Amino acid sequence: MSDSPQWFDEEAGPVVRPYALIRGRTRSSGDGFDLVATVRAVGDSPGELGPEQQLILRAARSPISVADLAVELDLPVGVIRVLLGDMRDHGLISVTSPSAGGSRSNERILKEVINGLRAL
Amino acid sequence: MDSVLSDDPVALKILIAGGFGVGKTTLVGSISEIRPLRTEEVLSDRGIGVDDLDGVEAKTTTTVAMDFGRITIREGLVVYLFGTPGQERFWFMWDELSYGALGAVVIADTRRLTDCFPSVDYFEQRGTPFVVAVNCFDGADRHSVDDVRIALDLDEDVPVMLCDVRRRTSAKEVMITLVEHSLRTLTSAN
Repeated sequence: MSDSPQWFDEEAGPVVRPYALIRGRTRSSGDGFDLVATVRAVGDSPGELGPEQQLILRAARSPISVADLAVELDLPVGVIRVLLGDMRDHGLISVTSPSAGGSRSNERILKEVINGLRAL
Repeated sequence: MDSVLSDDPVALKILIAGGFGVGKTTLVGSISEIRPLRTEEVLSDRGIGVDDLDGVEAKTTTTVAMDFGRITIREGLVVYLFGTPGQERFWFMWDELSYGALGAVVIADTRRLTDCFPSVDYFEQRGTPFVVAVNCFDGADRHSVDDVRIALDLDEDVPVMLCDVRRRTSAKEVMITLVEHSLRTLTSAN
């Protein structure tokens, strides 16, 4: 066995570096998206989308969280947020903040969670 | 029991905190489908000075992998677990993680109790409900629980419990204790 590391295929990292996907930007209107905010595809997908945007639209046909999207696409959260910000600005997706529902202050939901955990 | 059906799924966040190697990853894995979440963060001012940036002055982002777990209670009601990055230079990430969080589990190891001081301080200051779970590494007993409560100078209402993070039933018990505690905090505030 050779001592020098040999990286092949996926181990060598993505062919396109994550930040090249978003043209080097680290900021977008998606900065504030919570990790557990809900993303949904809305409207029809235009033809000229990049592969990552298409994957996001496909994954978001049913509601999905920002964190789950990052895992699904195997991209850092920061990159996902930039992509999502652009996509929302173009009316392709909706993003719902979890705090908007005030879920923390909902007694009924917490009781449901307790029962659900017991049943696991 | 009727569930009010709503378009918006409810997503709840629970944070798993504690010192390095205390069992955060194991706890998340015991109770949920665990997946690594990659975050690439811009180093904050707080990170500068802690990170050794000699020779890499141009580096302004750092990759952080977080443990991320999901428990589906029912369709439209999901609990997300986030293992908080252990190093203090990632405090800035905690602010985001703890925003709107249902609560936190601080895992303690009686052999290195000081490791969990920063987590306890943090959640006390933020007013985030938390429980302290003493991981039984070396036969910790009931005595350990009392010692931990005194050593951490915890409020009476903060639950302290023994646990074995490798066991699903134990992990479940910790989660239930936390949500019950959050519920009590909530109802006493109203």
